[in-house]
Amino acid sequence: MENVLKSEIPEGPLSEKWSNYKKTAKLVSPNNRKKLEVIVVGTGLAGASAAASLAEMGYNVKSFCFQDSPRRAHSVAAQGGVNAAKNYKNDGDSVYRMFYDTLKGGDFRSREANTYRLAECSANLIDQATAQGVPFGREYGGYLRNRSFGGVQVSRTFYARGQTGQQLLLGSYQALMRQVNTGKVSLYARHEMLDLVLIEGKAKGIIARNLDTGKVERHGAHAVVLATGGYGKIYYLSTLAMGCNASAIWRAHKKGAFMANPSWTQIHPTCLPQSGEYQSKLTLMSESLRNDGRIWVPKDKNDTRKANDIPEEERDYYLERKYPAFGNLAPRDIASRSAKEQIDAGKGIGALKNAVYLDFSKAIKEYGKDIIKERYGNLFNMYKKITGIDAYLEPMKISPAAHFSMGGLWVDYELKTTIPGLFAIGEANFSDHGANRLGANSLLQACVDGYFVLPYTLQNFLADEIKQPKTDINHPEFDKAEQAVKKQIEGFLTTKGTKTAEEFNKLLGSELYDKCGLSRSKEGLEQAIKNIQDLRKAFKTDLIVPGEASEVNSELEKAGRVADYMELAELMCIDALQREESCGAHFRTEYQTAESEAKRDDTNFCYSSAWEWNNNPSNPILNKEKLIFETVTPSVRSYK
Amino acid sequence: MKIHLKIWRQKDSQSKGEFKDYTLDDVHQELSFLEMLDTLNLKLVKKGEYPVEFDHDCREGICGQCGMMINGIAHGPLKNTTTCQLHMRSFKDGDTIYIEPFKAAAFPVVRDLKVNRSSLDHIITSGGYVSVDTGQAPEANSIPIAHEEAEAAFDAAACIGCGACVASCKNASAALFTSAKITQLELLPQGQTETSKRVISMVKQMEEEGFGHCTNTEACQVECPEDISVLNIARMNYEYNKAKILNK
Repeated sequence: MENVLKSEIPEGPLSEKWSNYKKTAKLVSPNNRKKLEVIVVGTGLAGASAAASLAEMGYNVKSFCFQDSPRRAHSVAAQGGVNAAKNYKNDGDSVYRMFYDTLKGGDFRSREANTYRLAECSANLIDQATAQGVPFGREYGGYLRNRSFGGVQVSRTFYARGQTGQQLLLGSYQALMRQVNTGKVSLYARHEMLDLVLIEGKAKGIIARNLDTGKVERHGAHAVVLATGGYGKIYYLSTLAMGCNASAIWRAHKKGAFMANPSWTQIHPTCLPQSGEYQSKLTLMSESLRNDGRIWVPKDKNDTRKANDIPEEERDYYLERKYPAFGNLAPRDIASRSAKEQIDAGKGIGALKNAVYLDFSKAIKEYGKDIIKERYGNLFNMYKKITGIDAYLEPMKISPAAHFSMGGLWVDYELKTTIPGLFAIGEANFSDHGANRLGANSLLQACVDGYFVLPYTLQNFLADEIKQPKTDINHPEFDKAEQAVKKQIEGFLTTKGTKTAEEFNKLLGSELYDKCGLSRSKEGLEQAIKNIQDLRKAFKTDLIVPGEASEVNSELEKAGRVADYMELAELMCIDALQREESCGAHFRTEYQTAESEAKRDDTNFCYSSAWEWNNNPSNPILNKEKLIFETVTPSVRSYK
Repeated sequence: MKIHLKIWRQKDSQSKGEFKDYTLDDVHQELSFLEMLDTLNLKLVKKGEYPVEFDHDCREGICGQCGMMINGIAHGPLKNTTTCQLHMRSFKDGDTIYIEPFKAAAFPVVRDLKVNRSSLDHIITSGGYVSVDTGQAPEANSIPIAHEEAEAAFDAAACIGCGACVASCKNASAALFTSAKITQLELLPQGQTETSKRVISMVKQMEEEGFGHCTNTEACQVECPEDISVLNIARMNYEYNKAKILNK
């Protein structure tokens, strides 16, 4: 069955669509806003900025996060920067150029109008964050500084040392806490959303577990916004925080929200390599390092010499060789895949031969150690803390790792999911990045969705809800959802098997990374689907969760998240299997050019897949949103 | 290597806690401190015992969620390092490690090594922001800020809110945390208009949350993962006194 999804793109030329939308969107008068309640789940950049902005407008907001403080959401970890088409460098940047770079970076698999809006609102974000006191890097004259990032030829990235995510998040966190102070936001930290409640087909609330007391609570509202981030932790080894999860979006999916392009996962090229089986995460080293760092492997695959002992002519700077125009700043999917090629060819370095070098010796010689230290000092420190190695003296060892979910809940231009009253913003949705996200666009998208888009589009929805009374949390639908959540928790606690949730996550993750990671094939995916089904069966009978439901119980929290991964993983494989082309991060080995580049098929696959839950994780229904390019003609993506 | 652990176990804020002994026989040097605890917990769970609860999330030293006293030192022996960035190569075979939660009246124990630090959020809520609504912002380059000022503001803004300063202070004072935010916003023109109101409400809130007073031992900076300077505290005191005098 194939449905046509309504993307609700406004009329008019690309550059006027967003203003046209804003001109005609419905409004809610200030005295009615105070009668309306909105639930925002997640307090990262998207969630905090949305909650704060809505509260400023006068809505009553309930804000939820599983961390012990909203300031700890994983946006905090983004390092390198945030893009904006300010053209402060006078180097040819513009909204259109930024839109085109983003669309091309995503291999022409995103919705034109959304991507254009992202670029269009980017400049506002820099203004907003600066006004909040975000200490962006400055030139000596006092004006804002920029640097370059992967996949572009201009310098449009704003940054606060190597902690841009932290500083932007603190800006939005402080805006959020200011609204907590006014009483417009009620904050529920250490709460995890475990189900979405629908009344007469509309999202009207959530079931959440208080992680400190174990109490299962009901919360009602006039609309629900999910800003719960990505699900890269499904691979277990990833750059994500330990608590990042798919549960909120997956449970909403099972209540009727479609999941779009779930298999599109960005594998980040510059992370610290795995060094043993006990490892819990792969730390990311900012892409900004590729501005001055050069990536190479030894030409000879049996080279056992130390990096500094290998002479220049025996090194292969493969990105500079293959992509002379962009060199070390090729987009992430290409940089990661090229690293995999070298590693698979046996040229990987390090004890497990699973890494490549990122070398600063030339930059240090050219600019001096002090300049490099000012640019990347904190990253070099972090590298030393984790590996014990001084990267000023020898090259870093880096390796690709699972990072960002381009896939997520399907949303239309208004960021509405397929459930009325349910919105998804930031990484939790699928909207702006196509099949590969450009560096420094994730912070941007989270902020643009939260500060500048949702406040308009949610209001357009709420305008029709002003006569709706406060949601009754004693409604039978709340009873039903709460009972289902409690039953699932009870099930975890009484299985009394032999494997922990984390052990299951590791097994699932390695299967998925192997067969639905950097490269995919029909044969591998079919095998993975079977293996995941077996693993899911084992999870049901062999899981062990100690303790009780009515207390702090981190093993129970993990069990719920892994249970969702067990289903989502299969959908990812099904999605990757149906897409018989290669595009961006989705590389099917059967579909590549003679030079091993991704081979897109615009005739048959120029759509976003939007999967509908069908009561069985193995049998989802595919809906297609055809991608219509009115302004740009998709071309073969070349960075040569 | 073999490691002996003495870990504080406490069921909840109401219960009495105690140290429990554990031994791990095969600890690799490359393990992070939290991964070492993961391996202990895996063993405990497999035996049907309750794992050691501890706070953690990003495991790359930036979210500020992890934190425990390791041999009496907040975040352990390595300077300017969060617990998650501490690795077992900082210890040696046969070592005994004491692990306790951060202790302060304003940080009640939730379970084992997990504490409730929402008191720090309350301090920010009382005034740790610039009062600007979405949409009000002027063009970013319309207010130039000298490179040095922006860098100094960043130094203060780098605080990760972990609470190690409080745990290291004999008075359990949150002066370093509070003053870092006050300084960041005071150094930037965007934040200056509200300085006196901000400093008065944040200091008041700090006291209401049950944090102690600063007596200038400077232990906080020594154990701060971000090396936030105690000079911020001096600035906070100066701004506080100025605000009190000018407002009266």
